[in-house]
Amino acid sequence: MNNEKYLQLIDGALPVEQITNAWYREFKNSNYGAIITFVGVVRDENGIDGLSFDIYEPILNSWFKAWQEKAKSKNAIVLMAHSRGDVPNHESSYVAAVCSPQRRVALELIDEYVEDFKQNAPIWKYDIINNQRVYAQDRSSKIQGAGILS
Amino acid sequence: MVNIEFLGPIKKEPLQLEITNLSQLSEVLKQDTQLVSWLESCAVAVNDVLVSSKDVELKSGDKVSLLPPVCGG
Repeated sequence: MNNEKYLQLIDGALPVEQITNAWYREFKNSNYGAIITFVGVVRDENGIDGLSFDIYEPILNSWFKAWQEKAKSKNAIVLMAHSRGDVPNHESSYVAAVCSPQRRVALELIDEYVEDFKQNAPIWKYDIINNQRVYAQDRSSKIQGAGILS
Repeated sequence: MVNIEFLGPIKKEPLQLEITNLSQLSEVLKQDTQLVSWLESCAVAVNDVLVSSKDVELKSGDKVSLLPPVCGG
C-alpha cells in the first residue's frame, strides 16, 4: 500500500464506506488483531449548512509521519483521511484508524491520535452560513508553541 | 529576501522582507495593525518545520509561515 493510502486528502465529503472498506481489505490479512476506525460527521447545529476546511499539507505530512513512527514503535499503524473545502451537514470530513496486534494499544492510540490531531494538525475549520465561510475561532486550538512572535 | 506566508483564516498576501532572524520579523509584524492581534495565537514554522523560540536565524530564500489556531475533523 503506498503512502497516499495512509494519508488521503479529498475534495468535499469523504466516501466513508469506500475508505474504511479499503483499509479493512488491505489490513485484515496483516495479522492486526484490532482495527479501530473513528468517523467524524458534520453535525447540524447553530444554523450551519456545513463546514469547510483549509489544510497546510507540508506540515500535515510531517505531523502524520511523526505519528506513523510513534505507532510503529508499538507495532501499530495509523491511517487518516480528511476533506478539503466544503462538507455538508451529516457527511464525514475526517476518518482516522489504528491497526494494532493488541486491543489495548489500539484503544489507547486512537484516543491520543485523534486528540493530538484536533490540537496540532494544521487544518482550519470554517462554518458555512449563508454561503459564507466563517472561521471557527472559538473551537480552534493554538498549536503547541504558539505566540513566539508576540 | 525571506518569504512570509499567512495560513488559514489570516487574509493577507505573502510578504518579502530583508530580515535575518525571527525577532526582527516580530518587530515588523507588530507594526501591522491587521496582524498584531494574530501574533499571540499563531505558531511559526521556518521552511515547514515548527519552531519553539524566536532565537532562529534566517537567510535569503527561507520561508516563514504563520499558523493560526487549528481545528481539524
